[in-house]
Amino acid sequence: MKTELKVNGQLHTLDHDPRMTLLDALRDDLHLTGTKKGCDHGQCGACTVLLDGRRINACLTLAAMHDGCEITTIEGLGEPENLSALQTAFVSKDGYQCGYCTPGQIMSATGMMDEVRAGDPSHVSTDLSGDVPFDDAEIAERMSGNLCRCSAYPFIREAIAMAAEVKK
Amino acid sequence: MTDTFKMDEAQPRLLDETRQGVIGTPMDRPEGKLKVSGRAPYAAEIALDGMVHGVLVRATITRGQITAIDETSIHDTPGLLGVFHGEHFVRNPAQGMAAESPEQPGTRIDYHGQPIALVVAKTFEAARDGAHKLKISYKPDDSVDVDPQTASNVVSKDDDAVIIGDVDSAMARADASVDLQFTTPGQVAAAMEPHAAIAQWQGDQLLLHGSLQMLRFNKRELADAVGIDPENVRILSPYIGGGFGSKLGIGAEAVSAALASRALGCPVRVVMARQTVFDAVLRRTETSQRVRFAATKEGKLTAIAHDDTVSNLSDEGFAEPVSTASQFLYGAENMHFLQKVAQIHRTPAGSVRAPGEAVGMLAFEAGLDELAEKLDICPVQLRLNNLPERHPATDQAFSARALAQALREGAQQFGWSERQPTASRREGDWYIGMGMASAARSNMLVPSAARVTLEADRIVVETDMTDIGTGSYAILGQIAAEMLGLPTEKVVVRLGDTDLPGASGSGGSFGASSAGSAVYLAAKKLREELAHSLGCAAEELTLQDGMARGANHEKSFAELLPNPIMAEGAIEGGKTADEYFSAGFGAHFCEVAVHAWTGETRVRRMLGVFGMGRVLNEKTARSQAVGGMIWGVGAALTEELSHDPRTGHIVSRDLANYHVPAHADIPRQMDVVFLEERDDQANPMQTKGIGELGISGAGAAVVNAIHNACGVRIYDFPATPDKVIAGLEALGR
Ligand code: FES
Ligand code: FES
Repeated sequence: MKTELKVNGQLHTLDHDPRMTLLDALRDDLHLTGTKKGCDHGQCGACTVLLDGRRINACLTLAAMHDGCEITTIEGLGEPENLSALQTAFVSKDGYQCGYCTPGQIMSATGMMDEVRAGDPSHVSTDLSGDVPFDDAEIAERMSGNLCRCSAYPFIREAIAMAAEVKK
Repeated sequence: MTDTFKMDEAQPRLLDETRQGVIGTPMDRPEGKLKVSGRAPYAAEIALDGMVHGVLVRATITRGQITAIDETSIHDTPGLLGVFHGEHFVRNPAQGMAAESPEQPGTRIDYHGQPIALVVAKTFEAARDGAHKLKISYKPDDSVDVDPQTASNVVSKDDDAVIIGDVDSAMARADASVDLQFTTPGQVAAAMEPHAAIAQWQGDQLLLHGSLQMLRFNKRELADAVGIDPENVRILSPYIGGGFGSKLGIGAEAVSAALASRALGCPVRVVMARQTVFDAVLRRTETSQRVRFAATKEGKLTAIAHDDTVSNLSDEGFAEPVSTASQFLYGAENMHFLQKVAQIHRTPAGSVRAPGEAVGMLAFEAGLDELAEKLDICPVQLRLNNLPERHPATDQAFSARALAQALREGAQQFGWSERQPTASRREGDWYIGMGMASAARSNMLVPSAARVTLEADRIVVETDMTDIGTGSYAILGQIAAEMLGLPTEKVVVRLGDTDLPGASGSGGSFGASSAGSAVYLAAKKLREELAHSLGCAAEELTLQDGMARGANHEKSFAELLPNPIMAEGAIEGGKTADEYFSAGFGAHFCEVAVHAWTGETRVRRMLGVFGMGRVLNEKTARSQAVGGMIWGVGAALTEELSHDPRTGHIVSRDLANYHVPAHADIPRQMDVVFLEERDDQANPMQTKGIGELGISGAGAAVVNAIHNACGVRIYDFPATPDKVIAGLEALGR
């Protein structure tokens, strides 16, 4: 079957098996392998991409369900010599080790920062309607869908906090 | 071939004299920009023309024979290319440094989940569908032990036992003693990148893109498994999405991809599903441990005993060395260390980060905490009271040992003196407490070689060493830059290719020291050559920013080096390892909050103080140390393999059921202090490993803090809320 996806601003027409996940479409058909597969079951967050601006686990959805959608992957966020503030912060804070969970962490944090800005509350927010503070407890809670077995967690959160400062 | 340096005696501390000033600095990882932009290619991500996809099929019985694999059952799968199985198929990954094929059991099944066939199709979706539907007939064997507690074959490793004096009578005479029984569950590495391989043949040459930690060994393992000469195998593994021991040896993904690719004549990719990683990759054994301490009322240990039972398949040689650190941390006149191995049919056991210390120190250091409580002595002081002069079991001298300093500095920096009596500090519904434990992990040097090329404005470092997130790219570049006097941006580090000189690989925390020493030695030869060209003695030479100076001469590299110069360095252990015992030491401190009604434990802050010799990169070393400490939190609080009692099959076989720590489990404040140390007996760089020191003892600090917080002792790891609540109820709290 055929599906049209706009990925990182570029339009692609895929001819694919209907069972193909969005994750496999990105990795295998479009060779955008920055998006990682850690579990294929929505349990690790390594496959996080932005779908029409919101973060989503690309392994838990079929490519066929997103005809005409806009997707941003890690490759669309920055290039090695032209990184986003968040990507730069991950390098300088050592917010990774093996690097396998890293694109997912960065995409998730990118989406998460917009959610905070929009005032979406989380499990640890004390006020459901007011401004959300951008503190470590909020970052930790909102990033808990992204596992890092190297356990770079404190440094990942430092990097996110650093990038948030830059953005202000 | 190159001459091999043997570590027979302590070497001058050259890295304290060199001038470039990059060694030890917190340099960013050179490959970092590729990783954060998604451009670093991992094994499954190499795009090859005509590549097809294989999915592994696992056994659904625990023990017995395969009687038929009915390929016609899936013949209508669109794009099906073949079903592969048979005599070359491997049962489980090779143990670390095996250098030969793991067991190839043919039609025999030894555990539930054993990989037995590979379904290959043009698309991944079709291969997965075929793998699910493939019909397999078995002849199951009814008598099968799957539980170590009730296993009929339990082998006592009497030859390896350490028995000194008489622990029983020392226990009977002691002013205070504890005799405690602990259990720890099976655990897994759960590296975020699933095991993956792409195999490709050109004639009789096999090229494998793999995710492997020890290429020098892996090449021979793979060759042996598929039945070819190792010279015909090349493995590339430049980026590895975590290893932690799970990728030490080649496994079913690599072997089956190679077999299928040879038969089909096209590249074949095999990536394990996450559940397959749980089922078919070596796990850490569950343990039961008996810990005994006896002491005088002044707090002098008179007996130390740590006996354990672990498990494995009967023909796997590996047995988790549970009491390694218990044998040298403290000393007593009477000691007893005996291991038993229950032979059972579960997923076989192997190395997972810090095999031995990771689970042994949970029980051992928690037991010591309980003794301190009985003696009414500060746990830090009790440890300080009992540091041995020499290794109590082997009588070797210690090389650099910073344990006392780590205990004292840690206590001071953590604010240990603020610790309150048991269950006396409360904030609302939360009990607050502090705990501590020692850290120790033995240190090794493994044969390694590397090649370094110096050009006027560039250094190239080449070795088959791997970087599994540990920072090899960074530190090998820093060593070369420091030794040869160029900025680190001028160094290119090539790793993860079996065509390059063979290094130790990544495992046992020996990679940085072993592969690093090879780079150091190669660079040292180049320094000698530069000194010669400049006309000075090697000792007089200083190199900095591309300038060579010595004996009143000064020349730029451009002048000195009309052509690039190249040298190979190689190292192996020598006499210092016989005379001296080298280990990393440290101390963990932890503050927890325990919820009075739910039993939930929250780690509020941790501090690790470590003496691990010279630090090569302060940033990557810190990441390794903190990563290890967080593994300790996981072992203490959440990580647990559960097995089906009927079949031994792992039931917590995905990341939703096997709980590795997540962001919300870990506080921001995970502090690390590295003590200034040089281990002269370890290697010419005076370094030691850090990758496993951080986990060793960390989990014990967590459960000791739980006890201080609320009075509950946990003997059955992990300390999940149900067990803490039961403990609180038993105490009437
Ligand atoms: S791969 Fe999608 S959540 Fe793990
Ligand atoms: S960096 Fe290795 S899993 Fe996060």
